[in-house]
Amino acid sequence: METYYRPSDLGKFSDMGRANEELWNKFQAYYQAVFAEGTLTEREKALVGLAVAHAVQCPYCIDAYTQACLEKGSNMEEMTEAVHVACAVRGGAALVHGVQMRNVATKLSM
Amino acid sequence: MVQSLQARASPLAAVEEQLRILGQPGGVPAFQERMAAAGLFPLHATGITVFQINVGKLCNQTCAHCHVDAGPDRREQMSRETAERCMSALARTDIPTVDITGGAPELNPNFRWLVERSRALGRHVMDRCNLTVLCVPPQTDLGEFLARHNVEIIASLPYYRAEQTDAQRGAGVFDKSIEALRMLNDLGYAKPGSDLILNLVYNPVGAFLAPKQSEIEAQFRRELARRWGIAFNHLYTLTNMPISRFLEFLLATGNYHDYMQRLANAFNPAAVAGLMCRYTISIGWDGRLYDCDFNQMLGWEAGFGAPQDIGEFDVVRLNSRRIATGNHCYGCAAGAGSSCGGSIL
Repeated sequence: METYYRPSDLGKFSDMGRANEELWNKFQAYYQAVFAEGTLTEREKALVGLAVAHAVQCPYCIDAYTQACLEKGSNMEEMTEAVHVACAVRGGAALVHGVQMRNVATKLSM
Repeated sequence: MVQSLQARASPLAAVEEQLRILGQPGGVPAFQERMAAAGLFPLHATGITVFQINVGKLCNQTCAHCHVDAGPDRREQMSRETAERCMSALARTDIPTVDITGGAPELNPNFRWLVERSRALGRHVMDRCNLTVLCVPPQTDLGEFLARHNVEIIASLPYYRAEQTDAQRGAGVFDKSIEALRMLNDLGYAKPGSDLILNLVYNPVGAFLAPKQSEIEAQFRRELARRWGIAFNHLYTLTNMPISRFLEFLLATGNYHDYMQRLANAFNPAAVAGLMCRYTISIGWDGRLYDCDFNQMLGWEAGFGAPQDIGEFDVVRLNSRRIATGNHCYGCAAGAGSSCGGSIL
């Protein structure tokens, strides 16, 4: 079945460098630096990446960061907790906008 | 308990079938081509420092990733005569380390004799131990025996939690492994000031590469101490080799091509210098000689004019022999590299 998302496309990510190698190289250098061990370990950064992948709902990122988390030694429980963090922040983001709803409703109501 | 590929009459029990599949890794360049492109082909030994004896395929476990296809249903065992030929060959060399593996090597009736003889020859001895064998009733004095002979224990423990460990090694294995580790600690293994060495081996529980060795070692050290008060010396990360039962898992789960691609993408020429085949000679239960335990399981005997039987053991000729390589070798050359001594880089 034809689909917008194909797993094999993840392997073609570097094709994005074809029409602008300079920007691609800058992005790659930045990306590598971000995920290198710093104050946070590589394992912790992969878990953050996994949570963000779910928040932005990117199937490529979910695929890549699930593998990355396993390869950094994380287990299913830790990865599930990370996804719940993304879920809680997204859910909270929706809920906190309820304050805006309340502000508008209060202003309009008698 | 799960049976071996051989007992199930799986097509993968035949090395010819494994080699046929390994010869078609789907878009992945042949290992020899990658080696040649990096100026590393052909590969040669750099002098033997490890005399690795695989005493047979009998094991009390049937792990899902086993490259030996070992299990309780296997009967191949090194005889006393072959064990004696091994020790005779060893005595004619100054190879410092004897590495005894299997199967569960301790189940071979000649295991203790091999340990005693190797130690009498002044060699360092390593036992590749699955831990649970230390809890098998006839073997309950095994820990004391190993400690008495100052044998380094290389113990398999793929994770510090039961779920992952049992998924790879069988139901109930984790709890028994913890019991065995506690017993080894009580005997003095990995205790401060003790010269009894207890190293752990991590294999990924699935179709992915191992974490950075130093990081996962720190994780294991923290978690095993916190949860069970267990100490160990070092943790070695090993890559799962795409042969035998792990190959069966890869094929059954549709992971084979992606895994081979993952290994090939992670090919690291810098790891090649430290490949274990370059400093190891692997001896089969029947006395045949191989470049490594993986080649042994694929039936690839030492080639290119090198001696092929322990009765012809000639350390000078073996020290610089040419090594047989194939696509499975990506497993040892991926990322930071993988060897019986853990990550290479």
